[in-house]
This record gives sequence, structure tokens and C-alpha cells, in this order.
Amino acid sequence: MAIVKGLVNWVDARLPVVEAFRKHMSEYYAPKNFNFWYYFGVFSLVVLVNQLLTGIWLTMFYSPTDAFASVEYIMRDVQFGWLIRYMHAVGASAFFAVVYLHMFRGLLYGSYKPPRELVWIFGMMIYLALMAEGFLGYVLPWGNMSYWGAQVIISLAEAIPFQIIPFVDGAQSAAMGEALTTWVRGDYLLSDATVNKFFALHVVAIPLVLVALVVLHILALHEVGSNNPDGVEIKKHKDENGIPKDGIPFHPYYTVKDLAGIVVFLMVFAVVVFFFPEGGGYFIERPNFEPANPLATPDHIAPVWYYGPYYAMLRATTFSILLDAKSWGLIVMGGAIAILFVVPWLDRHPVKSIRYKGMFSKVTLMLFAFVFVVLGYFGTQPDQVAFSMPFMEGGDVTYTHLAGLGTVYYFFFFLFVLPFGHRFEKSKPVPDRVTGGH
Amino acid sequence: MSKDGVNTSRRTFLIGLTSAVGAVGAVGVAVPFVKSWQPSARAENAGAPVTIDISKLEAGQRVVREWRGQPVWIVRRTPEMLAGLDELSDTATLRDPQSEVGTQQPAYAQNVYRSIKPEVLVLIGTCTHLGCSPTYIPRPTVQLQHGGFFCPCHNSTFDFAGRVYRGVPAPTNLVVPPHSYLDDAVIIVGSEEGETA
Repeated sequence: MAIVKGLVNWVDARLPVVEAFRKHMSEYYAPKNFNFWYYFGVFSLVVLVNQLLTGIWLTMFYSPTDAFASVEYIMRDVQFGWLIRYMHAVGASAFFAVVYLHMFRGLLYGSYKPPRELVWIFGMMIYLALMAEGFLGYVLPWGNMSYWGAQVIISLAEAIPFQIIPFVDGAQSAAMGEALTTWVRGDYLLSDATVNKFFALHVVAIPLVLVALVVLHILALHEVGSNNPDGVEIKKHKDENGIPKDGIPFHPYYTVKDLAGIVVFLMVFAVVVFFFPEGGGYFIERPNFEPANPLATPDHIAPVWYYGPYYAMLRATTFSILLDAKSWGLIVMGGAIAILFVVPWLDRHPVKSIRYKGMFSKVTLMLFAFVFVVLGYFGTQPDQVAFSMPFMEGGDVTYTHLAGLGTVYYFFFFLFVLPFGHRFEKSKPVPDRVTGGH
Repeated sequence: MSKDGVNTSRRTFLIGLTSAVGAVGAVGVAVPFVKSWQPSARAENAGAPVTIDISKLEAGQRVVREWRGQPVWIVRRTPEMLAGLDELSDTATLRDPQSEVGTQQPAYAQNVYRSIKPEVLVLIGTCTHLGCSPTYIPRPTVQLQHGGFFCPCHNSTFDFAGRVYRGVPAPTNLVVPPHSYLDDAVIIVGSEEGETA
């Protein structure tokens, strides 16, 4: 032990390891009343490690110039290749699942409100990087859904309304969009050049950004301290040593608690990896078991489930005022993501946590979660008649119509409920100290 | 840092100048990184024209060929199909019945049938919405009462001249590629070296 201690002292004199451990683990005081919702942050860290590890291993066998065949090689010939690939593919869906729940936790307890705005913004940047990473990764197996999904997404660049720039007319705008898509593809069509580029971005560029953002997310969190289900600041009540009275050291209390949660999470994850690795066509879509075919579009093009809500919004946008519907679709979809970044400034409710907000906030938030899930479902389904209005000629209500309604509610929630919701309800008194916890 | 005897305005000027030169350098360094994303010389060469023999194409039949990696459709339209196109040409049903959007076809295909010879239609088979490849519907169906092309991605519909219907997501008519006739039965797509009238 003396040798170990000596080594730690030697390193510590040259690098502040002991101080860093204290600051972020053994003397980082987290509120004692964390509940179930507080597991999803650590779960996303576990999934990130899973993605990095399985991803590095997949690059050992994958080849972007022989993409589809090399994925089949991984699945059939590489020992345990199937397992590593399924862990990676299921991991992608798991990542979004835990991140969505983690974000919902933020909405529930107002975790983005001052002083945690930067924590939220770094989180949103992670979400954005994750969406880019997921898209790039979905293209790599070069199945037919990879091809046509990439075709649709890259074509979105052609919908950018460059004509809003002064002195740019419609034809020039179209030419600029086309030049941009050619630049992204590296060819006049989706080709090996595109796959090679996406491979580099997927395995090097975006992961570097992602890991850096995760570090910033945690550093920013540890600077201001964690929120909690009561939405009260534990730093207001400190004991004589300057330690929050309602705080407990992250290590060992939460490291051990999180470990138990991780065990349960990994059990669920393993069940999916071993028994439902394709997620019924939601994690790996069926047309992706065929090689990319530029001459045959799959009958139904749908994104993977985690992009569903935004894709539903894109499809539901069919109006054309000043700009065409294609441009508006892009604006609505981009706006739906961009608006999340300014949530800390949109929310003007005096109360942080849903526990002490009134009925209006509770109902609108639950409805928001419901609408988001339903939009996600519509985004993955072909358009069809949902129901017909009785006694009405041509009164068919389609998924697209309903998705339009959902899109309106999505923006209504951020632009009306968050800023003005508190005027329509009476909040309960917020306690001075946290409740619950032992 | 002591400020004694420092000529601050000269220092500010030098800092500004150094930053400006540095910024120009950074833009210069960015050029190869940005340019390398453009199509390579090899990809540019692959965009060569293709010739297609249509002597065996029957009335009402469609063939699909590849040019620059995109599907090119050639349809030999029947007299009934052409008659249907004449009837359809109103702005209430179609977005651009007279093919006024110049980017969607060469000048020699800017007519009701959007073709050089009325019966032979040459189109790029990708939807102008988000680039899926529509399905050929040679006979009337519930969705397409006059027949035409139907895009499975977002339900855009086009008539037998590739003209887009109103009320669908696709903003413009399908693209007619530059093409010409080397002789009566051979079309060259991607080149106007043959006959275009």
C-alpha cells in the first residue's frame, strides 16, 4: 500500500488527480432526493461507452468501399461479429431512448432554468451531434434504406431557401442548393465517395465532438450543482463546513446507486440485443437487408424511430406562402430543433418543478409528451386515413392531417405554454428544503 | 506587463494586422479541405452521356436506364395518353402545365408533351420533392385517374408528361434531361450532339 500511496503522491504533485477526484466525485454534493428519472444521465454515459467500444471494433472489419458486403461479412464470418454489430445498432436506439427520457426529466423538473442554462445548451448540442452521428451511421451499411434515406436527407439542402438572401433569385437559389448537395455527396449521386466521407465523419469527427461536449456538459453541471425533483437549490442551506445540508457526496452514494441501475439497464439492453435486435423493423428497417439500389425506391421510406417526430413535421408541412412547401418543411423541422436551445429563456414560470406547478402545466406537459410520441409514430408510418368524419363528404382525416395538428401543438407548447402558462394556474408553495431522500 | 514606453496605437495596429493576415491564411488553408469534398476527376469523368436504343420500345411501355447514377425513364406514349395530356393542361389541376419553370427541361422540351417527339418521353426518374423514384402507373387507378407517375415516399403525383399535380409536396415538374436523337431509334442522354427538333 505504501508503494501505491507513494505513486499517487508522485502523480498528484505533477497533476491534480486527487483534487479532481474530490471535486467531481467524493466531495461533489448531489441532492439526496434523486428519483428514478435521474438514472438516464448515467445510462447515456454507459451507452456512449458501448458505442465507442463496439464502434472501434466494427471499424476493424468494416470497409466503406465494400460497405454492404463487409457488413454481411461481419454478420456471418467474423467471430461474434453479429453480437458486436447488434450491440452497436441497438445501442444507437438505446442512446436516443435514454437521451429522450433524460431531456423529459429536464422538462419535468425545470433543470434548464437558471443557473443551469449552459448545462441544457451543451445537452442540446450533444443531442444535435447525436442526430448527425445516427444519420451518418445509418448510411454506412449501404442497404437500400441507407441509400434512400441519405437521398432524402441530403436533398433537404436543396430546400434551403437561399432566395431570402438579397439579389438571389429562385433559379440561383436552386443552383446553390444543388452545388451544396454535390459538395456533401462528393459526387453527382450518392456513391463510394459519400460513404467514405460519412465513415470518416462517423468514426472520427463527430465522436470527438461528442466526447468533448459530454465533458463540457458534466463540467458545467458540476459548477452549478444538480437540480432535483423539488426544484429547490440545496446550496441555500449549508452546514458549518459549507456542505449543503440536503446534499450527499456523489461517491460513494450515487456511484453505488447508479451501479444498481446500470445492472437493470444492461439486463433490458441484453434482452433486446439477443431477442429483438432489429426492433421489429424500427431499429434496422427491412429494406436495409437489401443492397443499395439507386434505381428502386423502397415502397415506404421511413426514418428510424428516433427521427420520427421531426420527419412527421416535415411531411405535415404542405402550405406554401412566399416560399414553397419544401422550404417551409425544412424551416418547421429545423425550427422544432432550434427552439429547444432557447427553452431556458422561453420558460418564465416562477416555479421550477412540476411537483409545485398547477394543473395547466401538468396537463400541457403530459399532452406534449404524448404528442411527441404520436408524431414519432406517424413519422415512421406511410400516410393513411386515420378515421373518417361521419356524415361528411370527403371527410377523411389522414395521419398527415393529425401530424399537422401535433406540429401546431409542439410549437404552441414552447411559444405559449412555457412563457405564459403560469398565468392560467395557481402554483403550490415551493418548500424551502428538499422532501424525501434518506 | 509594463506599459511604460509602449506605443499603444502602433501595438493595436500590429495586432490587428497580424490577425487579418492570420485570418487570410486560415481561409487559404481551408480551401483544400473544402475543395476535397467536391466530386473528384474520376467522378466527373463518370458523368459521360449514354445512348439508348428505343427501336424495340412498344407503345405504353417504359424502360429505365442509368445516367450519372440516376434512373432515366423513356416512355413511348400511346395516342390516348397524349390526348389526355391535351385535356389536362389547366392551372387548376397542374402546377405548371406549360412548363414555364425553365430549370426543369431544356428549351426544346418546353411544350405540352415536354418532349422532342410527342410520343417519346425522356425523364429523370427522381421526384422533385426529396429524390425518391416514382412508380409508373400506365393505367388509371383510384389515386391517379388519368395514369402517370406516383411517388411512394410522400404521395406526389405526375401526369404522363411528368407534370406535377397541385396539392402534392413536389414543387416542380419532373426533370427532362438534356438529350437528342442520333437517329430515329437511338437517343443519347446527356448530350445534344444529335437532333433536338
